Amino acid sequence: MFTRGMWNFPAHGMRTHFGELDRMRRHLDQIFGQLEQPATAARGAGVFPLINLTETQESYIIRAEIPGVSTDNLDIQTMGRNLTITGERQIEMDPNAKYHRREREGGRFSRAIALPGDIDRDKVTATLKNGVLELTIPKAQAAKPRKIEIK
Amino acid sequence: MTHHDEGKELQVGKKQEVSGQAEQTRSGPVFIPAVDIFETQDEINLVADMPGVTPENINIDLRENTLTISGEIPPYEEKNEEDLLIEYEVGQYFRQFTIPALIDQDKIDARIADGCLRLVLPKAEAAKPRKIEVKTP
Repeated sequence: MFTRGMWNFPAHGMRTHFGELDRMRRHLDQIFGQLEQPATAARGAGVFPLINLTETQESYIIRAEIPGVSTDNLDIQTMGRNLTITGERQIEMDPNAKYHRREREGGRFSRAIALPGDIDRDKVTATLKNGVLELTIPKAQAAKPRKIEIK
Repeated sequence: MTHHDEGKELQVGKKQEVSGQAEQTRSGPVFIPAVDIFETQDEINLVADMPGVTPENINIDLRENTLTISGEIPPYEEKNEEDLLIEYEVGQYFRQFTIPALIDQDKIDARIADGCLRLVLPKAEAAKPRKIEVKTP
């Protein structure tokens, strides 16, 4: 049948095409020397809050600077490999005061982060200290590196 | 007190970095904290965003009408962490202000909570507005 043929045979060909594209992209990355560099701010999502994502063997760690946001105004959810941070930064304003400088901004924010590997969503811990949010997200067993012994 | 940003979408603001090297004594980037300064009848208030700074690492200095606020952030990343995505940098904070002489310098109050420094600079008696009553004969 035509449809079955569509799914079985050409898919194989398609995969090789994508593989080739992938190889080409990697090759270009190497030429521009981007593969070796860590991702920098220039590649950030440009969405508040800015985050720093690091990993250890055991877990992923997300840090974000959110000064003036209390825990009551912060909501963190996980879904699969995705994590969302939503909240609101409220800036109190005295209507009777005369403002000389107003640089701090308030408002709502929402940021979604896709983690590169599977996570253990039941063991995610979050701390908010001195205006810095720190999330520790343990990796799922299957996503942790395993040392293979050579006999 | 009201919230003036109700329902507004918060935009990302890039941290402002000090460009000059003259005032720097330690290596690493130096950032200018964003501040609000407002004045009421009795006092001048200053609020600065300094995320990551602990009360021990903050330094407030007032001499000859120059108010200096600076803060240091100790390195917080563990050695076994590998960077995957770095969108912001961490460093010192530094900013100076010239304040009017009519501040009662002994009564300055500073607090830090949730990464926001709040300074209250009370005005000296002489600087407070005084209402003069007009008497009718």
